[in-house]
Amino acid sequence: MRRSITIKAMKILVPTPLRQYAGKQAAIDVQAATVGEALSVLTSTYPDLRKHLYSDEGKLRAFVNLYLNDDDIRYLQQDQTVVKESDTLSIVPSIAGGGR
Amino acid sequence: MASVAEKVASLSNDEILRYSRHLIMPEVGMEGQLKLKQARVLCIGAGGLGSPLALYLTAAGVGTLGIVDFDVVDFTNLQRQVIHGTSDVGRKKLDSVEDTLREINPNVEIRKFETRLISANAFELFREFDIIADGTDNFPTRYLVNDACVLTGKPNVYGSIFRFEGQASVFATKEGPCYRCLYPEPPPPGLVPSCAEGGVLGILPGLVGVIQATETIKLILGSGDPLIGRLLLVDALSMRFRELKLRKNPDCPVCGTHPTVTELIDYNQFCGIRGEEAAAPNSMTDITVEELKQRLDRGDDLFVLDVREPHEFQICNLGGYLIPLSDLPKRVSELDSSREIIVHCKMGGRSARAADFLRQSGFSKVHNLAGGITAWAERIDPKVPKY
Repeated sequence: MRRSITIKAMKILVPTPLRQYAGKQAAIDVQAATVGEALSVLTSTYPDLRKHLYSDEGKLRAFVNLYLNDDDIRYLQQDQTVVKESDTLSIVPSIAGGGR
Repeated sequence: MASVAEKVASLSNDEILRYSRHLIMPEVGMEGQLKLKQARVLCIGAGGLGSPLALYLTAAGVGTLGIVDFDVVDFTNLQRQVIHGTSDVGRKKLDSVEDTLREINPNVEIRKFETRLISANAFELFREFDIIADGTDNFPTRYLVNDACVLTGKPNVYGSIFRFEGQASVFATKEGPCYRCLYPEPPPPGLVPSCAEGGVLGILPGLVGVIQATETIKLILGSGDPLIGRLLLVDALSMRFRELKLRKNPDCPVCGTHPTVTELIDYNQFCGIRGEEAAAPNSMTDITVEELKQRLDRGDDLFVLDVREPHEFQICNLGGYLIPLSDLPKRVSELDSSREIIVHCKMGGRSARAADFLRQSGFSKVHNLAGGITAWAERIDPKVPKY
């Protein structure tokens, strides 16, 4: 069932290492009601991102964290977390560089 | 701490003059400066992050600064590793660091450890230090530093950089989360590029390393709000600093309530790295630059495929056909599987992955150029620049 009336646009921030898989964009606006929906819109628009975010079993990878505003979604309602229009979802993967 | 403070009598008149701008502010004062003088900080790595860390901690008057590094200064370091100078190229980083730091502040005891930090020496190295500052450049050492900090109860002042983005936090304090609470597992090798592969804006380690130095000094002074339970994200391109909340994970394998990691493990194995032999040439499918030169001179029909990025191709190239590694899956139809293909990149890492991909896609005559265009520049044609 379409829920176009209740669906809102929120912003997803893409980190540098993953921008090459997201049309070189740093921020992407998506229409979604939950975190899970936002990610599914994102990965269907940019399928190359999927393997960087999810394992073959479809689990979020252990070196990628998702923050809704400044909170880790693991400590909210995970994929079910409801999003507002003003929300920002940050993808924060681990980086190891020390400038050697 | 207080009883130790009494033992170290005081500051000399020269030191009082040197630290005057600290001493006249109440947040440091004589008490704080004496705490700095008694502090023992171990800095892992003397590279991009290690440079500002060591420079500022030394200038601030940290009493004992240990540095763990086994590398030699090269020209590509100088764009960001400001502790080394042009005349230091070819010297051990530790020696270059020692000279610079002695010149800045001869009161600081510099302790040099010329070794790679490994599970077998971590406890021994950490023993005589109070705070560990992590300026390393790879995942196995990051997890090792974290676990050793948790197991020895020493704070891990963390910083990490990529291109123009950085992260900083303070891990492994009693009350706060550790690096594994944030990232339980490392990415598989090759998925996240290193600075050597992906590049880094020269100022970025300066920015992040100074944040690490600031946090180290605050921990020593016991003042301010340290970055415990907070991950600071720095984006130098948009010049935005953001902060994310971190929580101590009760199920964390090393700092949780029922830890399963109670001693240091094999971190290369944990990170899926098979050890040194993994990087060694594979004689079955690799080709050396000498062989390639010989075969090209002989007029063999070889298709040279360059899987670097277009901006790298502009720096130098071997006249190969350019398809960046990330574009290869969707552009594979541009290649002729009946021809013998030589794949190369800068050092041989990306091209090895490209060669694997091509073989899985049904290409049978694929060779990876061992050492990449860098080896070609070193051993075949010195006119090709190294970068």
